[in-house]
Amino acid sequence: MHELTAPPGATAPVEYEEEHGHGDGGTLLGFWLYLMSDCLIFAVLFATFGVLGRNYAAGPSGADLFDLRLVAVNTGLLLLSSITYGFAMLEMDKDRIDATLKWLAITGLFGAGFLSIELYEFAHLFHEGATPQRSAFLSSFFTLVGTHGLHVTFGTIWLVTLMVQVRRYGLIAENRRRLMCLSMFWHFLDVVWIGVFTFVYLMGAMR
Amino acid sequence: MITLAIPLAPTPAGRRQRRSVALRSLRGVALLAIAGLLAGCNMVVMNPAGDVAVQQRNLIIASTALMLLVILPVIALTFLFGWRYRASNTEATYDPDWHHSTQLEVVIWTVPLLIIIALGAMTWISTHTLDPYQPLTRLAPNKPVPADVKPLTVEVVALDWKWLFIYPELGVASLNEMAAPANVPLTFKITSSSVWNTFYVPALAGMIYAMPGMQTPLHAVMNQEGDFRGQSAHYSGSGFSRMNFDFRSLSHQGFEAWVAKVKDAGKSLDRAAYLDLEKPSEAEPVQYYGSVEDGLYAAILGMCVAPGQMCVGEMHHIDKTGGAGRESEANRERLDYDNRRLKTGHEPSGATFPASGRPPKGTVQPEGMMPRDQDLSRGGVNEPKTAPDQGQGNALPDADRGPAPAQLNTRPTERHQH
Amino acid sequence: MFSNLDLQQLIFGRLSLEAIPYHEPILLMTFVVVAVGGAALLGAITWYGKWGYLWEEWFTSVDHKKIGIMYVVLAIVMLLRGFADAIMMVTQKALSVGAAEGYLPPHHYDQIFTAHGTIMIFFMAMPFVTGVMNYVMPLQIGARDVAFPFLNNFSFWMTAGGAVLTMLSLFVGEFARTGWLAYPPLSGAAYSPGVGVDYYIWGLQVAGVGTTLSGINLIATIVKMRAPGMSMMKMPVFCWTTLCSNALIVTIFPVLTATLALLSLDRYVGTHFFTNDYGGNSMMYMNLIWIWGHPEVYVLVLPAFGIYSEVVSTFCGKRLFGYTSMVYATAVIAILSWLVWLHHFFTMGAGANVNAFFGITTMIISIPTGAKVFNWLFTMYRGRIRFETPMIWVMGFIPTFVLGGLTGVLLAVPPADFVLHNSLFLVAHFHNVIIGGVVFGLFAGVNYWFPKAFGYKLDPFWGKMSFWCWLVGFWVVFTPIYALGLMGVTRRTQHFDDPTLQPYLTAAAIGAVIIMAGIAAFIVQLIVSFVRREQLRDVTGDPWGGRTLEWSTSSPPPPYNFAVTPVVRDLDAWWDMKKRGQNQPQQGYKPIHMPKNTGAGVVLAGLSTVLGFAMIWYIWWLAALSFVGLVAAAIVHTFNYNRDYYIPAQEVVRFESLREAQLAERVRADA
Repeated sequence: MHELTAPPGATAPVEYEEEHGHGDGGTLLGFWLYLMSDCLIFAVLFATFGVLGRNYAAGPSGADLFDLRLVAVNTGLLLLSSITYGFAMLEMDKDRIDATLKWLAITGLFGAGFLSIELYEFAHLFHEGATPQRSAFLSSFFTLVGTHGLHVTFGTIWLVTLMVQVRRYGLIAENRRRLMCLSMFWHFLDVVWIGVFTFVYLMGAMR
Repeated sequence: MITLAIPLAPTPAGRRQRRSVALRSLRGVALLAIAGLLAGCNMVVMNPAGDVAVQQRNLIIASTALMLLVILPVIALTFLFGWRYRASNTEATYDPDWHHSTQLEVVIWTVPLLIIIALGAMTWISTHTLDPYQPLTRLAPNKPVPADVKPLTVEVVALDWKWLFIYPELGVASLNEMAAPANVPLTFKITSSSVWNTFYVPALAGMIYAMPGMQTPLHAVMNQEGDFRGQSAHYSGSGFSRMNFDFRSLSHQGFEAWVAKVKDAGKSLDRAAYLDLEKPSEAEPVQYYGSVEDGLYAAILGMCVAPGQMCVGEMHHIDKTGGAGRESEANRERLDYDNRRLKTGHEPSGATFPASGRPPKGTVQPEGMMPRDQDLSRGGVNEPKTAPDQGQGNALPDADRGPAPAQLNTRPTERHQH
Repeated sequence: MFSNLDLQQLIFGRLSLEAIPYHEPILLMTFVVVAVGGAALLGAITWYGKWGYLWEEWFTSVDHKKIGIMYVVLAIVMLLRGFADAIMMVTQKALSVGAAEGYLPPHHYDQIFTAHGTIMIFFMAMPFVTGVMNYVMPLQIGARDVAFPFLNNFSFWMTAGGAVLTMLSLFVGEFARTGWLAYPPLSGAAYSPGVGVDYYIWGLQVAGVGTTLSGINLIATIVKMRAPGMSMMKMPVFCWTTLCSNALIVTIFPVLTATLALLSLDRYVGTHFFTNDYGGNSMMYMNLIWIWGHPEVYVLVLPAFGIYSEVVSTFCGKRLFGYTSMVYATAVIAILSWLVWLHHFFTMGAGANVNAFFGITTMIISIPTGAKVFNWLFTMYRGRIRFETPMIWVMGFIPTFVLGGLTGVLLAVPPADFVLHNSLFLVAHFHNVIIGGVVFGLFAGVNYWFPKAFGYKLDPFWGKMSFWCWLVGFWVVFTPIYALGLMGVTRRTQHFDDPTLQPYLTAAAIGAVIIMAGIAAFIVQLIVSFVRREQLRDVTGDPWGGRTLEWSTSSPPPPYNFAVTPVVRDLDAWWDMKKRGQNQPQQGYKPIHMPKNTGAGVVLAGLSTVLGFAMIWYIWWLAALSFVGLVAAAIVHTFNYNRDYYIPAQEVVRFESLREAQLAERVRADA
């Protein structure tokens, strides 16, 4: 063997550490990385909308279709849900299971309200003949807004699951970590929605 | 490769005699192979006939030479160091902790940097001078385009697996053969009917994509007379391999004779003829059209040759002014273009099982292709096509405009018997 | 009859018995061979009662080492498939010149070249690289496992699920015939109806999820789990390249996922992202797919660069020259790789300024790459080079790769690209860098780390046979293909009119046979090494005189990797420890906290694969069912809080004393 290999059992200054744990920082970092990768999916959809958003294919434009009041209500719901999620996290820090669950439930209701209004809006557009197949503009519109809505749907399912888990197992370390992750996810969706609201609805309806 | 091959060729005969038989025969085989390779091949990219392609070739040679300045020493050093510092050579210095030298680091970053600066400058300049959008300024080195020479415009349409050339100034068109006078600047306007292709005549100039609903330009000149090969260089479906054409570079008289011959062919290319021609077919024989319907190329580019279609240009115009509002449902049908193959029961260029209606990976040829048991040499291979959908079984009687793409409406059909 | 048809459609979608190409002799033979081989394998596993073992110890394992090995096994299996495609392509080309037509009709040939590219990149190179990173990186940073061990298992099975879907297209239906990046409009619903492109999309989507998650996992591992004392600038270069490669994965695979999702919406819903009509824009696909596609090349080649760095410094017995500049070069390559995608379509008609910009950014990449090559060279300088198998691969790599780099920079000059784009010159170029860069590196890595993974070295004779066949075969194939490119010959052609091309095509086919011999030699090497494992055994855990931490533990390492976590004081931590005569403490072991195995990854990935299959064949009820099942299974999995356990100290003592005993015996035997 190589001359530098130490003989087995040789006594030497012990410079080994006994245990270094993974800690929870890894999970939050990992989840953050996931969010950033998700953010890139939205970036692609935004870019797509940027390229195709004016290609109405001799059909209706955003100004013809969007009902800004409805979308404003929707935006309000989602922003409020972020605030109520924040309250849930504050209660979690105080170890109050019931209050945490209460705020989570309110958040979930806001989320469900947001989804209902979005579905209503989509149904209305379909009824008008403004389907995703009508033009590249509508394809990219439905895909961007729909992907966001799909995320909110999964967020809501996750929220309900977590509520069951908090109810059943309490505010144990795992559940706190999961609530943190969902918190990041929920606020992330809020930020994305602000982008959607500005670039798709406001800029679309105002021209 | 060429630069490496040349010094090998002239070996003094006298010195060769002294070599061992084995070595000699080995060298002989190598020489033979290289000579065979060089003689048998027509490296058209390295030996083109058009001024633009010549400049592109020169750029390849110059860039290669520039890079070899650093590549050859690297390869030499690899073998040198490998030999010198082999473990069995205890003579060589062994310095296990030597891992840094600022001077060396500066050199190894600077040398590639300098080469890239030189190459980058070359790139910037040549990309602008050889930009296919720019009209030619010269016909050959030191031979600027005379002021009175008007370029010849050729409108090129890539069809499913053949090339259509329209000469708007002459009012004629040809299929799978184009001719042009030598030493006259050529202005190509290129588009495609269904999927992407590239228009590429290696001897003339670089390639450029042909894309449906869009037009790409190319400016070039051919400096020699002769027949050259043109092709699509971008895969476009079943018949791609035979999507070739002849580029005939002629003298002025020759070209005039060619135009006269095309005119004499008498056939006329109107919208109906185009729509028939546009269907997929492979290895079509050369065809000449003595007259071309006005505005046909513009309609092809606008994807609105079929009656009632809305042209892309009109659509763009409506979109620029903010769309056509909510009551625009009527426009929808007028814009449907891609689904025409499925609607009329023609097999699309990339169809797979079950939409192709053919057994998977079988020997039945896709629609529009030559039956394989026929004489396969170019020309005369196309039997009269059977009526659409005969034996292909992919007609979609109910595939109309629905919310889903046409392929979702595909019903399993009778399998082709073979 | 019609009600019958509708019922059949309801149950089986567009799947029918006709989907199986039983009439096609090539496929029938392949199927028989696969079926007989598969049955023999499954029978053997059953006969020896190994199902439980495989399930407990491998399929459900969250151990990064076992997952790494499974990735590499998957990659080798897919290499055989991808190479079979390659052989069929070159023989078809050699046989289809002039009046001859070859044996593959165009629509079959088109599927083969599409499958070859897709499989070699997504299911050969990617799992191979991921497997090596998975195996080696945690050991090099002194970690017990990756940051998210379950996720790692799930990622692997997603990759395997994607591979299964792609392979299925061989025997059920057809694969895409669009080329490996499925450019629309050709890949759209109107021009490519049928299951081909859907197989492509779902295969890549399922595998892509796994790749993204694995990227996140490995980044978190490197950032959070390095041994104490190992600052970023004391990490082995392979860990740096792994970090950069995974940073690229996390930034680009979401783009691929989104792009393919848009293409599937075009195909399934009838949207107009990439269609010709209704304002769609097919050029956008070109941009999006290459925003993924170009960095992907560096995802593959950076870890290979890392392998070369480790191998060179080990076998030269010398510290890597210019570690810092190596790290910066890696980072610069990664960053620049995001800024060059447009060079894949200079000929699409962008203006001269855009083309020149992307051409020059592409060339700039060659500066840090050049610096890397020089760093390897100067590591050899004043070294004591032992030409063991891994080092030989490096010697083959440097000249091959720099020539590939030369042709690459040539293609980055836009006017030159105008005549070389889409030609066989381009094909030769990217094979030159991917085989010469990535594949050679992976073979170097396998030969280098095999003794770590299995406790015995690979047979050097067959390793060298494999190397020479690959090297010679590579040049015999691709020299004529370069030449053909300069003759203006296009890629993806199934037939050539010009009979003078035949000698070149035949030479290429001969070269492919030589490469085939190289692959065969590699497999023989594995078998011979297994048979001779007692002679090739290494009990020290450090067979090459290694420099980094993976060599400080036993071979194969125990499940917990390190009985006690090493403290790092220098780059080349193990070399430093050996130099200072430092050794692992022999007592005072503590219980070790470990993640538990779980079958959830297999279940989730299995359901995803079924979902993909159902979507491909329009079996809507099954798609809905598997989707609901997927969500339900994920939720059920989150109710499992019992995910870890402790390896008791006695167990650690038992493992470690076993190793000591083996070592002592070897020392006795040597004396």
